[in-house]
Amino acid sequence: MTEFWIRFARNRGAVVGLVILVLVAAMAVLAPVLFPRSPWDMAGAPFMPPGEMGMLLGSDSLGRDVAAGIAHGARISLMVGAVSTVASLGIGVSLGAIAGYAGGWVDDALMRFTEFFQTIPSFILAVLLVAIFSPSITSIVGAIAIVSWPPVARVVRAEFLSLRGREFVQAAECLGKSRLAIIIGDILPNALSPIVVLASLMVASAILLESALSFLGLGDPNLMTWGFLIGSGRSVIRLAWWMSVFPGVAIFLTVLALNLVGEGLSDALNPRLARGRA
Amino acid sequence: MDPSRLPAFLLRRGIKAAIVILAIIVSNFFLIHAAPGDPASVMAGQSGAADERYLAQLRTQFGLDKPLLEQLWIYVRGMLALDLGYSHRQQMGVAALIWQRLPPTLLLTGVAFALAISGGVTLGALAARRVGTWADSVITVIALTFYATPIFWVGLMLVLLFSVVLGWLPSFGMNSVGADLHGIAAVLDVGRHLILPALTLGLFYVAVYARLTRATMLEVADQDFVKTARAKGVPEGRILRRHVLRNALLPVITLAGIQAGQLIGGSILVETVFAWPGIGRLAFEALLARDYPVLLGVFFCTSAMVVIFNLFTDLLYAMVDPRVEVQG
Amino acid sequence: MSILTIEGLTVALPAGADRPHAIEDVSLTVERGEILCVVGESGSGKSITANAVMGLLPKSLPLRAGRLILDGIDLRAQPPEAMRKLRGSRMAMIFQEPMTALNPLMRVGDQIGEALAVHGAPDRGRVQELLAAVNLPDPVSIARSHPFRLSGGQRQRVMIAMALALEPALLIADEPTTALDVTTQMQILRLIREIQQRRGTGVLFITHDFGVVAEIADRVAVMQHGRIVEHGTAREVLDRPQHPYTRALIRAVPGFPKGGGVARAQGRDVLRVQGLEKTYHRGGWFSAGKMLRAVHDADFSLTRGETLGLVGESGSGKSTLARCVVRLVTPEKGEIYFDGADLRPLSRAAMKPFRRRVQMIFQDPYASLNPRRKVGEIIAEGPITHGTPRAEALERARDLLAIVRLDPGAMDRYPHEFSGGQRQRIGIARALAMKPELLIADEPVSALDVSVQAEVLALLAEIREREKLTMLFITHDLRVAAQVCDRIAVMQRGAIVEQGPVGQVFANPAHPYTQQLLDSIPGRAWTPPDLGEAA
Repeated sequence: MTEFWIRFARNRGAVVGLVILVLVAAMAVLAPVLFPRSPWDMAGAPFMPPGEMGMLLGSDSLGRDVAAGIAHGARISLMVGAVSTVASLGIGVSLGAIAGYAGGWVDDALMRFTEFFQTIPSFILAVLLVAIFSPSITSIVGAIAIVSWPPVARVVRAEFLSLRGREFVQAAECLGKSRLAIIIGDILPNALSPIVVLASLMVASAILLESALSFLGLGDPNLMTWGFLIGSGRSVIRLAWWMSVFPGVAIFLTVLALNLVGEGLSDALNPRLARGRA
Repeated sequence: MDPSRLPAFLLRRGIKAAIVILAIIVSNFFLIHAAPGDPASVMAGQSGAADERYLAQLRTQFGLDKPLLEQLWIYVRGMLALDLGYSHRQQMGVAALIWQRLPPTLLLTGVAFALAISGGVTLGALAARRVGTWADSVITVIALTFYATPIFWVGLMLVLLFSVVLGWLPSFGMNSVGADLHGIAAVLDVGRHLILPALTLGLFYVAVYARLTRATMLEVADQDFVKTARAKGVPEGRILRRHVLRNALLPVITLAGIQAGQLIGGSILVETVFAWPGIGRLAFEALLARDYPVLLGVFFCTSAMVVIFNLFTDLLYAMVDPRVEVQG
Repeated sequence: MSILTIEGLTVALPAGADRPHAIEDVSLTVERGEILCVVGESGSGKSITANAVMGLLPKSLPLRAGRLILDGIDLRAQPPEAMRKLRGSRMAMIFQEPMTALNPLMRVGDQIGEALAVHGAPDRGRVQELLAAVNLPDPVSIARSHPFRLSGGQRQRVMIAMALALEPALLIADEPTTALDVTTQMQILRLIREIQQRRGTGVLFITHDFGVVAEIADRVAVMQHGRIVEHGTAREVLDRPQHPYTRALIRAVPGFPKGGGVARAQGRDVLRVQGLEKTYHRGGWFSAGKMLRAVHDADFSLTRGETLGLVGESGSGKSTLARCVVRLVTPEKGEIYFDGADLRPLSRAAMKPFRRRVQMIFQDPYASLNPRRKVGEIIAEGPITHGTPRAEALERARDLLAIVRLDPGAMDRYPHEFSGGQRQRIGIARALAMKPELLIADEPVSALDVSVQAEVLALLAEIREREKLTMLFITHDLRVAAQVCDRIAVMQRGAIVEQGPVGQVFANPAHPYTQQLLDSIPGRAWTPPDLGEAA
């Protein structure tokens, strides 16, 4: 474990990413303390530039505090990112594991299915799903999970396919271990690194997706989100640039941090590759 | 690939594409039925005036009192005849609506894609060639930045900079309002309007292709045949062009095929930001009005575009890589 | 004057490596028209020497000292552009892996043409002439082919043709036949010899195989840990090695069976395989696909206490046949009688009791142990699966480590902390933990260096003797088969073409393919000298 941290820390970008991520998470956790009032409440006059009337990042067209919106939005963004990633990992890992371990026609059929999902424009499908099932936190998380699992399935399947042919798995077969014991005890632990790396990148893309849905007005109407903030600032960008700029910076930093952490994880979990890069 | 195998190859890929399109139609059908409430009201557009007579007409037209399988058949038959439904709100057939809005989207995505591929591959190759230098670092940081930025926000920031602050470029639409332009002037006018949306849509994919090109070029540069080329005295520049880059482009082609859908999906956001009159903007309008027939039509149409685009990338791949026919 | 003179060559290793220099104070000469073999085990620095001459060392391995003179030209004094012009024209190189050494997207003819063009000698006719010179049939169509259409041997010929394009004075061959089957290896060795004699090229030939040395070398240099420990003419080094390391290496080379060989233990059959067939289909949903008959006509039986060697080249079906016996591969037809019971139709559950009794040792010591599990767990896992209490199984694993001569401290360590030979011992311990009656060994030593190979083979022999094991030993190496097996069965394209006692098959091969295999053993004419036991 310490070896893992040493390798992770060798990638400076990853450390920066981790620090940003911890700060964003802290902001999300402390939002109710920092901004005890609802982010939907009026906190001052409308269209106040940053710094005026005690509002660090200005106010919006209804006099709501942009900073409060960003802090409360962090909760939603991180939550949606995490939950939808867990859900799509669930779909992707199981389908990929079955396809890769079973092989043959099962693999063929599952991969065609996966390819199909990869072909259709995922963002439009997500829009359609949220629109048809009416915007709510559940439909958003569900839609993101449904459009983001194919890469997981492909990666897991490729790993399983290659590990299944590896001699230590054959040795496990020769010992008479059950299928489940082999999948869980021998194959999955060795397929974990790419899944972990992929997961961190998926949280990032889920956050981007959620913000894009909210931007189009498909956010949960009861929740304050970053995408909603940018969307509501769009039409008044000539008047109040801060309404769109700051929430965007929040998304950028979070997504950037997750990507950096992903690269760090990749270096730390695949020491051979990292050494080659140095 | 051996040119004589081309017809068989195209036939195989054509059949595959047809199956995918059929599957999209079927999923459209099930989406309508999975939606909460009456399928007829979905097809009418939920927030459309709940005109009972119109709903009744839809029920007979789609046989909604018949068994599900029969309904499916009626639906598939209709879609295959390119009858994508009717927008009650716009008082217009969905197919005609989309057809009308298609050219601006093709123009926008086409230009953005060209920008993404040329810019991405050039930057990636440059970074790989100068790996470890400041040029590599700058390119890597820029690529990572655009990779991590929401596309619609990039659009807004470009508007803020180039339209609001500098006043150089128009921030919305495809033509100057009220200016009656012809010939070259009209083309230039569209061009001026195109710059910001194309840049917005393209930059993210520039980042994607730059990262991929850099990574695969470094990987290919380590392979044995590159050492062979060096051992026979091939100059470095030629090794890079003839041996490394050509092999590194294969994964780029594959990714371009996979990401075609993402690119078209991204056009919804960009067209919304820039009020670009394409099918993305159409989808946004339909979304505001909950005009489901139009949304479903856009979904079908964009999926079909991706399938056709994938056919091209498959063909391109097969032309570049002689091993394709063997892998079937 | 020598074509190549290397004097005091020293190449540094990056900081943190196990020694400061990759090679140190290496001095060699290659004369016109001679083949100098540089022999050594992996990590001895032999390839680095070759790459240093070509100026192809990676940046992480800087050249520290020494002189490199090619035909009167001081290579270290040449600017990069001058070096590039020398590469391919005055000195050329061929590599170990023909499968990856050619650009997959370029036609073979164009790749050879490029070697000519970059040195200002464009000529289409010359390309075909070169392809013909390396005995490739139909040069016109080969020139138009992409590399994936050619076999490994054909690709290596293309590499040689490319290297010879500008008639270089020096040819460097870095393990050029290691990745090839024996019969192909022999053809390539003969080709190199023939070309070298015809053109008077000097050849620097890197190899780990003393058989190859005996086949081809005029002079030999032996390398260990980056230094040359012995050099001399081929006869001197092969027949009267002086340095202890050379003596150890040569002692490790398996000899051939002396007498007729007696079949061991005439007991009852442990294993009898009849009418087994395994066919692979390839192809997608829309294409007809291809069929490969991996195993057919491969009946054999094994009596208790006997070792049967299954020999053949890659793709002969020997590994598939072995995997059918342990049901890692399910054959379509035939019977696998183990101790009277047919294993083929058994379900996963019904097969389980037999798993105890039939065990397997694998080829690749780096892939055959689960990297995320401790060695003790790996060995104890089998018995635990079959109901042995955990503590007891772990206790037994400790004993087994002693049997395969590993420290009991190995129990709590992970596989990556061990060398290839040590890992192979762990694999053997894992199989022995089940107390099997039948042991299937699939190329158990082919990934190991010769000296390690000898140790593992000795261990296997000892265990087989003590546990009264019956063994099916799969190998491509006839020398190894001759040393280990009582009987051998020769496989070709999925069928056993000949089987019999080792001595008999070696002395009087009945099938032409067996004859061809035996003729292809490199250095067949050379009998390793009797050097006694290790001092």
